[in-house]
Amino acid sequence: MKRAFPILGLLTAGLLSYALYQALVVAPTEQTMGDVQRIFYYHVPSAWTAFLLFFLNFLASIQYLVRRDPKSDKVANWVVIALGVLTCAAPYVFRGLLPPGVYPSSVVTTGIAFVGLYFLIHKLFSEQQTDMLALTTAEVGVVFCTVVLVTGPLWARPVWGIWWTWDVRLTSTLVLWLIYVSYLVLRRFSSSGQTPVLAAALAVFGALDVPLVYFSIWFFRTQHPQPVIGGGGSIDPRMLRVLLINWLAFLCFAFLVCWSRYRLERTKREVEETQALEALLEPRSAVR
Amino acid sequence: MTFLYAAYAATWTIHIVYLFTLARRYSRLKKEVDELSKKI
Amino acid sequence: MSAPSGITWVTLTKDVRLEWRSKDAINSMLFFALLVVVVFSFSFDPEAEESRQIAGGLVWVAFLFASVVALNQTWARELRNQVLDAYRVSPAPANSLFLAKALGNFIFVGVLEALMTPLFIVFYKLRVLGPAWQLIPVGVLGTWAIVVNGTFFAAMSLRTRSREIMLPLLLFPITIPALLSMVEATTTILVGDPSTSAKFWIVLLATYDVVFTTGCLALFETVLHAE
Repeated sequence: MKRAFPILGLLTAGLLSYALYQALVVAPTEQTMGDVQRIFYYHVPSAWTAFLLFFLNFLASIQYLVRRDPKSDKVANWVVIALGVLTCAAPYVFRGLLPPGVYPSSVVTTGIAFVGLYFLIHKLFSEQQTDMLALTTAEVGVVFCTVVLVTGPLWARPVWGIWWTWDVRLTSTLVLWLIYVSYLVLRRFSSSGQTPVLAAALAVFGALDVPLVYFSIWFFRTQHPQPVIGGGGSIDPRMLRVLLINWLAFLCFAFLVCWSRYRLERTKREVEETQALEALLEPRSAVR
Repeated sequence: MTFLYAAYAATWTIHIVYLFTLARRYSRLKKEVDELSKKI
Repeated sequence: MSAPSGITWVTLTKDVRLEWRSKDAINSMLFFALLVVVVFSFSFDPEAEESRQIAGGLVWVAFLFASVVALNQTWARELRNQVLDAYRVSPAPANSLFLAKALGNFIFVGVLEALMTPLFIVFYKLRVLGPAWQLIPVGVLGTWAIVVNGTFFAAMSLRTRSREIMLPLLLFPITIPALLSMVEATTTILVGDPSTSAKFWIVLLATYDVVFTTGCLALFETVLHAE
């Protein structure tokens, strides 16, 4: 396992370099925005990666709460399957009710991803390990989300003349960032006994909040229209290819960073356990 | 365009800073592991 | 069903009675809200027509900050007298305690709002141009949104360092959709533009309340016993 890491690291670095070359040289120059548009190839994959990581945090948090009791664990498994089926069926049953910018295929993919990732985590991680996974994905997710919030204004300024606009996507991303930063603060500030449970509860609340955040800001924006950063509409297939290459590269990078962070956390907990054990077994140091 | 390079530079700066904090936490942890293994 | 609601009622009346005698929370909340109103009046010209546009936001920001004062002391009394530990050990359902606390806070903040609203109307020369009755569901649903999550996060912050900072830090990001709805609904009703309606916001607030009340009730027992 340890041997794999440097090899994967080199491969990822290679992939990232190739992706950078694609973004800066190979991708066609955008007609209206010019070269600045190439920020898109870093901005969008970072956003997708951050959302994926936060999604994993949500799944890991639910699992941590649910697996403490075997009965609730079984119930949760069935609920997840049911929700997955419903999600896949929903865009076809409620054809007219889809909010703008949301396609049936992405809803179905989310449903399948939800069920698949949930059971994958269930298989690969023990109860305590899901807590470490939750912490890892939240932290790395915040890093990627920060990248999104920094590259967004750097793109907006030359193109639209403003550093920031309270449009749906930017504002929702900002709120998401705030929620997960508060999650990390809670983890830092609470005493170690109950941190995992409290953090998991907060993560679930945050995840429940996300659709509400999106809808509220979306309706707010239909009332008070403003420029939309990043615009909708179709994308040139050559640009899409470069975008996907960059996304793949960043996913690999995110995976390696998460793996490092996870290993760090595991070592840290082992050290703490050993220190606690050692303090118990040392009668001299206990007497003060 | 300067903004383009600024964005790419900012992205990697953020990632490198984070990795640097990870490395620092790791070396601190390693020190503790060494101390513990000496005691045992 | 009588036992849990009985506990809720008893705890609620106890809290209300204690608060009525000491008036700790109400006094601090009132003073805080008043300060916010006065300070804001220096930033914006309260006389202008535009004040109707900002008034919604102002009012709810003042109420939100004042609520934090009340929320922070929600569990303090229980912690001081080890009542919380006794509650953990007893067979009483945790949700009854939560509901009692949340309802108590709802009443306190409600009283605050009732006292502050005439003041706002006077200071900012507010006239409601839209359907004024809609302000009632906005007020009720909005206050409940702040209070239900606030009471939950107050319990979560109990044993964290910097407890008083942790509560607003956790509460504000999560409450953003509710805050947006409250402010927009209030502004829409105040401005009274016939082409706009506060209905969407009221429905969103109601959805928010349902989702998070369910979440709080489902997870409170876990949070109470997290030790």
